[in-house]
Amino acid sequence: MRLFARADMAAEGRHSLFRQLGNGIAGLAGLMLVALYPFSANATEIQEVTTPAGINAWLVEDHTVPIVAIDFAFQGGSAQDPEGKEGLVNLLSRSLDEGAGDLDSQAFQARMEDLVMQLSFDEGRDAFYGSMRTLTPNATDAFEMLRLAVTEPRFDDEAINRMKTQTISGLRQDLKDPDAIAARRWSELAFPGHPYGRPSKGTEETVSKLAPADLKMMHERLFARGNLKVAVVGDIDAATLIPLLDKVFGALPAAPDLTPVPEVEPKSGIVEAVAFNVPQTSIRFGLPALKRSDPDFIPAFVMNHILGGGSFSSWLYEEVREKRGLAYSVGSYLVPFDHAGLLMGATGTRAEKAGETLKIIDEQLTRMASDGPSEEELAKAKSYLTGSYALRFDTSGKIANQLVGLQLEGFGPDYIENRNATIEAVTLDQVKAVAKRILDGKKPTVVTVGPKGA
Amino acid sequence: MAPISGRPQRRTSLVRALALAVLLASQAAPSVANAETQAAATSSDFADIRVGGDVSSFTLENGLQVVVIPDHRAPVVTHMIWYKVGSADELPGKSGIAHFLEHLMFKGTKNHPEGAFSKRVAEIGGSENAFTSNDYTAYFQKISKDYLPEMMAFEADRMQNLVLTDEVVAPEREVVLEERRQRIDNDPSSKLSETLDSILYVNHPYSVPVIGWKDEIRALNKEDAFAFYDRYYTPNNAVLVVAGDVTPEEVRANAEATYGKLQRRAEPGERTRPKTQTPPGAREVTLVDEQVNQPILRQAWLVPSYTVAEGNEGASLDVLAQILGGGATSRLYRELVVEGGIASSAGSWYQSTALDDTRFMIYGVPRDGKDLNDVSAAIRATVDDIIENGVGEEELERAKKGMLAEAVYAQDSQSTLARIFGAALTTGGTIESVQQWPRQIASVTARDVQEVARKYLSDAPVTANLLGSPPPAASEAAGKSGKKS
Repeated sequence: MRLFARADMAAEGRHSLFRQLGNGIAGLAGLMLVALYPFSANATEIQEVTTPAGINAWLVEDHTVPIVAIDFAFQGGSAQDPEGKEGLVNLLSRSLDEGAGDLDSQAFQARMEDLVMQLSFDEGRDAFYGSMRTLTPNATDAFEMLRLAVTEPRFDDEAINRMKTQTISGLRQDLKDPDAIAARRWSELAFPGHPYGRPSKGTEETVSKLAPADLKMMHERLFARGNLKVAVVGDIDAATLIPLLDKVFGALPAAPDLTPVPEVEPKSGIVEAVAFNVPQTSIRFGLPALKRSDPDFIPAFVMNHILGGGSFSSWLYEEVREKRGLAYSVGSYLVPFDHAGLLMGATGTRAEKAGETLKIIDEQLTRMASDGPSEEELAKAKSYLTGSYALRFDTSGKIANQLVGLQLEGFGPDYIENRNATIEAVTLDQVKAVAKRILDGKKPTVVTVGPKGA
Repeated sequence: MAPISGRPQRRTSLVRALALAVLLASQAAPSVANAETQAAATSSDFADIRVGGDVSSFTLENGLQVVVIPDHRAPVVTHMIWYKVGSADELPGKSGIAHFLEHLMFKGTKNHPEGAFSKRVAEIGGSENAFTSNDYTAYFQKISKDYLPEMMAFEADRMQNLVLTDEVVAPEREVVLEERRQRIDNDPSSKLSETLDSILYVNHPYSVPVIGWKDEIRALNKEDAFAFYDRYYTPNNAVLVVAGDVTPEEVRANAEATYGKLQRRAEPGERTRPKTQTPPGAREVTLVDEQVNQPILRQAWLVPSYTVAEGNEGASLDVLAQILGGGATSRLYRELVVEGGIASSAGSWYQSTALDDTRFMIYGVPRDGKDLNDVSAAIRATVDDIIENGVGEEELERAKKGMLAEAVYAQDSQSTLARIFGAALTTGGTIESVQQWPRQIASVTARDVQEVARKYLSDAPVTANLLGSPPPAASEAAGKSGKKS
């Protein structure tokens, strides 16, 4: 859902700790997999809660650990940025905890630290995400802080300027980061004239012009009860939760004011080489694929797992990495946006091997379209996909995150019980058919960023 | 997987806390859980957290230490084997062998050839990986609890029966070189870190990158890998950590039936390394790279890790890092970013978990119109203020409470708990030292913080500057980026 965030990650600043630590620890695997669809191992324990103000939430009670986790989302993400104001929704995500109600930025942050709560906001193309963690004894106060951030953000000049400066600093670094360049160019080429083609964090030019009034406008348009999805997990019961939910979200307007986003099919077959002087060429490719609502989505998901998905055994991993040592990370994943479906892939290889690597990737795409996988490969994929899904639910935060994702995709809690059966029911013919549908005769749009002539 | 997250977190995060202060606690005090709603809990309320409340440990006859951390919320188990060996234990000229061997450990054994272990993990829907640091190397699988005995059998087998051929070693060496390009050579900020470490740790192997120097990686071969494996991969040099839906009894029975059968095949001995030296003279390096759009300043001081610190100095340095630059209300963030308008970001951190002397780091990114000298001067003034005037009770309390709360949040993740204990036990820590961590943090006084600041940060830091090459025509505009196309 947020795969573009990977390349957009700022290299310095408070984010940088991850990267610095990365130097100290070198790991084996390549791309982390994007969790494509959500699940709960505790299907029967999901309570659907409706508050007097009409807020619907899914609750999983677990009193083992004195922590309450809430995740929520408002439908409508950076695709809502008005033209010329790219980066507005992202800036909003950075500004909500920079002062709210009577508390200015420093007072708000100090109060959160006193409550030892964790609060974060994040933007995707199609949704705006929020996440809060609190220790049970502080829950009431923490929910009050959440209410302030969600309903009464101040957008003070000092704080907004500071957030703009930090955003711009990250954007400047992205301009020299091969992965970020590849991601940005790929979106621009595949989605010309469409919101998905615009930079979700904006550009230096657009961000520098954003003003508190813009944030206020976007906040009013985006945050409503009608497009809100909520999941709560942990040490809290429904009776305690219901008034807290109404306090936080009850005063929001009934419906959002969203700009319709047109359906779009990404352009395929475009090849662009961006000349950039780095030792490793960054490669990104993608094709039109399926939206989550497509009846063939699950067969496509299984197909992608075999092609370039999880574990250390996909075709791309085997051919590009294991056999030839061409890359450290290589993989593919489905991206079911609300208004487009994609099959994306990425890798990086030494400059002189970029052509060979692309050729091998292309061969695997063609092979999948023409031959498809074997029965044995399908059986192993199903075994992995059904066996691994309990692993997505071993922390409160992960469960909350999954449950919000399910709601965004329009599923009910019953989806969970049926999910493995849905995977098991996929036939080899279905996988082959969907492989043909997505890959046969299609050429991906490819962006390489590396030394010229490679 | 390296602790690089796809999802940026702007505030203090669990991952950060884990990585920076691996000596975290694990179990919350029942008193916290059951307390009446009382927002203003103080740090002393957390001091009695029963760290790893139900954690237990025993040692097999062949010397393998076993740690069990029960968490019965989901039918999932994290199985990790930690070796007390990392890149700092490599022989000169063989940099990267610890990490290269970690990759090669997935290639197969006598009993399970051609990656059979990984294929089995995939088949049962498990997740697996491995990581290497300066001081340790670890392998893990996260699986449905039913498969734990099988994973233990596979992992025990891999400790002694590795099979390598040139056919699998050669492409894997290329994979590691690609990993190096991806992580470091393509990224000026990572290159800067590598350079900084190389001049900070004089006479000590922490100066060598974990992944290795490129030329030396190229020369590594099967024989190097086996030499390292045969010397360090033995039960008496390992710690088994099992976290999740298990009991100590079943882990013991399964461990005895698998790992318990292994021979004690080497005696790696004491892990003594040359002491880091501090030669006279200022150490400052500037990396100019056309790939840089935003200058960065990093400063490092050599400090004791928890393992080598005397008394409460480790905890005091931890609290100092938090007060100085651990979050949005920290001194550096407030002085340089919020009020000073000097930097767009600034902060500090302390590499607390290490076998030997380690680093205390401060970083800053100048705002437009300011340069690295401005940032450096403001950092010096901020540090000096603490050295001269100490810290306030309010900020001390806030820092301590936040750090201790991370120990409660850590309970939510069996993997996090497993990593906390594994990292501690392979860097000179003990289960007791992990358990005492909250008490240690809670006991830190304002005077302690001032004292470690004075003792360790008074001298000039080792400094690394990252600068972009100025555009050909612009001379005065350096530091101010122009419009981007």
